[in-house]
Amino acid sequence: MSAHRSDRDRREQALRVGLPIFVLVIAVAAWELAVRLANIPPYVLPAPGQILQTLFADRSLLVHSLLVTLVTTFEGFVLAAAGGIALAVLFNQSRLIEYSLYPYAVILQVTPVVAIAPLLLIYLPQHLAVLACAWIVAFFPVLANTTLGLNSVDRNLTDLFALYGASRGETLWRLKLPSALPYILGGLRIAGGLSLIGAVVAEIAAGSAGAGSGLAYRIAESGYRLNIPRMFAALLLLSAAGIVIFYLLSLLNYLALRRWHESALTADK
Amino acid sequence: MVLPTASHFDALVALRNVGKTFPNGIVALAGLDFAVRPGEFVALLGPSGCGKSTALRIVAGLSEPTAGSVEWSPATGRGQQSRIGFVFQEPTLMPWASVFNNVALPLKLKGVPAAKIAERVEAVLDRVGLGAFGRAFPRELSGGMRMRVSIARALITEPQLLLLDEPFAALDEITRFKLNDDLLRMWQALRTTIVFVTHSVFESVYLSSRVVVMAAGPGRVFRELAVDASYPRDRGFRTSAEYGGFCRSASEALAQAMAAGGEA
Ligand SMILES: Nc1ncnc2c1ncn2[C@@H]1O[C@H](COP(=O)(O)OP(=O)(O)OP(=O)(O)O)[C@@H](O)[C@H]1O
Ligand SMILES: [Mg+2]
Repeated sequence: MSAHRSDRDRREQALRVGLPIFVLVIAVAAWELAVRLANIPPYVLPAPGQILQTLFADRSLLVHSLLVTLVTTFEGFVLAAAGGIALAVLFNQSRLIEYSLYPYAVILQVTPVVAIAPLLLIYLPQHLAVLACAWIVAFFPVLANTTLGLNSVDRNLTDLFALYGASRGETLWRLKLPSALPYILGGLRIAGGLSLIGAVVAEIAAGSAGAGSGLAYRIAESGYRLNIPRMFAALLLLSAAGIVIFYLLSLLNYLALRRWHESALTADK
Repeated sequence: MVLPTASHFDALVALRNVGKTFPNGIVALAGLDFAVRPGEFVALLGPSGCGKSTALRIVAGLSEPTAGSVEWSPATGRGQQSRIGFVFQEPTLMPWASVFNNVALPLKLKGVPAAKIAERVEAVLDRVGLGAFGRAFPRELSGGMRMRVSIARALITEPQLLLLDEPFAALDEITRFKLNDDLLRMWQALRTTIVFVTHSVFESVYLSSRVVVMAAGPGRVFRELAVDASYPRDRGFRTSAEYGGFCRSASEALAQAMAAGGEA
């Protein structure tokens, strides 16, 4: 019976991986075919093969730009993670601070970052402005999730800590933060993708005026020059970066929680 | 500080005319009066919602009475609270910590040195029969084993007073009987005092030397029954006519308490 089951599981797994790849192959082939048959010029729509060629030919330029964007994303992410968690802990410890600052955190979150970016570019050097954008979009999910986590502590465990005379610091460190960890990691997973988006938005806003050389800047620049294949190549790298960030954070989530949290457990193990 | 009166002089802790009205207006307890003597095993028996948990939390100092007072024996001195162990209805373990670290928690919070902690955790885990499971995580244990961990954690501070709030209610009968016997054995070995909340007549009689029957609406003591059967008790006691007799009177008292209680 169990052999039966694991057979079915394996087939299920193969389908989960195989089907998206199958769809991708079909779509790319159709794209390639359409471009060739209809003789579409590359400045209108480049064929996948040509995009890959461009990716390879411009690799040093594009990889350099990718690194610039990734560094900004990473810095924005780290600051957002640290700031979001720290602010949530502060809110949790002091109601007054929470009441004073929370509305502004919400305002930062609901104002579209595309609209903030040009303003930041006026007041800050470009690198800092891009970083600030990455931070602004990424920190709120960390703040919101951590706050939720810190407030979701088992009441009985809270009582237990009170019974044994735990100080606020001990309660925070040994009870609230571990309880909040799954929520924090969930927030980080969202923040990773968002800080990439924030960085890209700011680079685009800086546009040709900026001296930056991130991937989004490359996309904007290639657009002005009608170098459409390079736009696609840069876009491909951006998506790949986003996917890698997401999976890295999912892996972190899994490694941190696999021994104890329901979300990271596989069935029957 | 309220001085103990003569009638409660021999009590370890006494609830005197305790009332509890929650902020939402619910009167959970009114005029609750009972005392626990050192070394006693008291069962608190009553219908659901009659305020058993509330009373236990007040004894533990986790909740303040809105009327009356909790008096501790002067011999206990200050800081009696540090001598209380509490076992909740659910095991209430930290899922992210190993069994060892869960049991060690009270000592860590008291700043006991690590070497000493290890020694004491191992001893208490042996006592509850989980010596081999220190490194396991709570979710890797059965419900009964988790409850043992919870009991081990309560015992590790060598509490003077052990409070248990329906600790075995969620367990199957076989496990419950086993843990009942284990608890009795530990109570005798450690010479501690126990207040055990339950809504099972059979469990209350089997375990305790005195059953305090509570009525609801608002929660109060309806009747107290002494269970004058000698310890140690075992399976033989469970099937004895003596046990049957005590169960019958406790049952009757509970039925009357439920009839007397208000909306519950
Ligand atoms: N925090 C609270 N706020 C408001 N009302 C409460 C609170 N805790 C308990 N109550 C009320 O007090 C009454 C007694 O509750 P309690 O939990 O002490 O009952 P219990 O005897 O332990 O019941 P059970 O056997 O079901 O556990 C109930 O009516 C309940 O609704
Ligand atoms: Mg209860």
